[in-house]
Amino acid sequence: MTNENNSLTSKKVPPIYPAKTKVQVTLIFFVVLGIYIFSMSWTQRQMAGGFGGALGNMFTVIEKFFPPNTAVISAIWGPMVETIQMAIIATTFAAILTVPLAILAAENITTWKPLYILTRTFLNILRTIPDLVLAVIFVGLFGIGLFPGILALVIFSLGILAKLISETIESVDMHPLEAMRSSGGNVFQVIWYGLIPQVLPQYTSLVLYVFEINIRASVVLGLVGAGGIGLILNQQLGFYNYPNAMMIIILIFVVVIVIEYISTRIREALL
Amino acid sequence: MIEFKNVGLVYPNGTEGLKDINVTINDGEFVVIVGLSGAGKSTFIRSINRLVTPTSGSLLVDNEDILKFRGSNLRKLRTKTGMVFQSYNLVKRSNVLKNVLAGRLGHTGTLRSIFNAYKKEDIGLAYESLKRVNIEEKIYNRADELSGGQQQRVSIARVLTQQPKYILADEPVASLDPPTSHQVMTYLKKINKEDNITTIVNLHFIDMAMEYADRIIGMRAGEVVFDGPVSEVSESTFEEIYGRSIREEDLRGGADES
Repeated sequence: MTNENNSLTSKKVPPIYPAKTKVQVTLIFFVVLGIYIFSMSWTQRQMAGGFGGALGNMFTVIEKFFPPNTAVISAIWGPMVETIQMAIIATTFAAILTVPLAILAAENITTWKPLYILTRTFLNILRTIPDLVLAVIFVGLFGIGLFPGILALVIFSLGILAKLISETIESVDMHPLEAMRSSGGNVFQVIWYGLIPQVLPQYTSLVLYVFEINIRASVVLGLVGAGGIGLILNQQLGFYNYPNAMMIIILIFVVVIVIEYISTRIREALL
Repeated sequence: MIEFKNVGLVYPNGTEGLKDINVTINDGEFVVIVGLSGAGKSTFIRSINRLVTPTSGSLLVDNEDILKFRGSNLRKLRTKTGMVFQSYNLVKRSNVLKNVLAGRLGHTGTLRSIFNAYKKEDIGLAYESLKRVNIEEKIYNRADELSGGQQQRVSIARVLTQQPKYILADEPVASLDPPTSHQVMTYLKKINKEDNITTIVNLHFIDMAMEYADRIIGMRAGEVVFDGPVSEVSESTFEEIYGRSIREEDLRGGADES
């Protein structure tokens, strides 16, 4: 009995990970660690005052911002609603446009490689342009207002949405689609009957998620002149009217929290 | 009538799925194809509705060479060849009726089917089909709420709704327990007899093949190694087809339980 045990342990036991993997992982670990150390020392050299100065400034800033001017609520309610409308319209358009794009960017549905690669590349390019840059460009083209903001948001959210949904499509069960094909359905019927029911909950959830992102993004876009509450916030900050600005920030905070809460609840119910 | 004439199929990775197949299947026959997994049974059956495309020879369905079919020709072919799958292939989130109506896709225009505007006769037909496999009370249940046997019956109802001339069943009972397997095979056999639909079933259980088939085709390594009426088949035939002696796992059993 003991003899057998001994012979078992003395024999060479295979390692859980092969030696090659161990070396690779160790190497990657040290490279990442090196990048961290380098960027830490670099940013420290760049930070002029460090945290010491910030703490002192904080009190002066807070003094200026408080108390918020509650009287402006009625005046800023309009632009706030505009911001929400901007996000709603932009999300709706993006949600519609994303359907064909997501299907064309899904490898399992678009089996014709060139088309798939083309759509994928197009979506990748869309995603590399930051929403702020889009807004600046469109404000330059169409002037200050809601329209350039909406356009920027549509393109920005299209990039995210189409990518996420095409990945959802790629993970569906292909068996029902095979059954639809084998019963003589054409491409549209196969997609409508086999694919759509499978991705509908995720699709709705992702659209709501992008809607949340759009609410926040549309505030930021307002800063560069794309309308809504961000535009007003930028103006008030420009006039050094900090109590008004504080009220705007509080309102944005409350609205974003409420919308996120509702949308999270809906998404929970869906999935 | 389905005629395989020197049909061969080589997959892109070089595997030979079918080698020089010459088989004729007459109308109304109930043919069971037996063989070990990887013998080419699935490839054989899937060639008939062109889910896979043979690379050589000619395959005639009702005297038309289907290997050249594309687009609407292909859809027409698939409309008359219904298929039953091992994993049922229902849309799990859709209800039973909608799954069964999917059998009408080939007969229905794109717009009509997208707006769920099926003809009244079609919906009636779907309901009749569900009744024939005794599952009409589950009509509004979601497909994933049903047991495996019930799901397979729904998929048979889907095929019935398609009103095909041929039914192809690819390992329809491999995921089911013995009593349910016999139930499913009994339905397939009944439909074959009552509607005179030519039925081709892939099985790897010899006892089930013997019980339900009119004719048995044995396949090994992409070739047909036996083809004859069930009366000519004995245990040694199966040993020849499988290339080894018969084991416990080749039998489904439970014939008397159903």
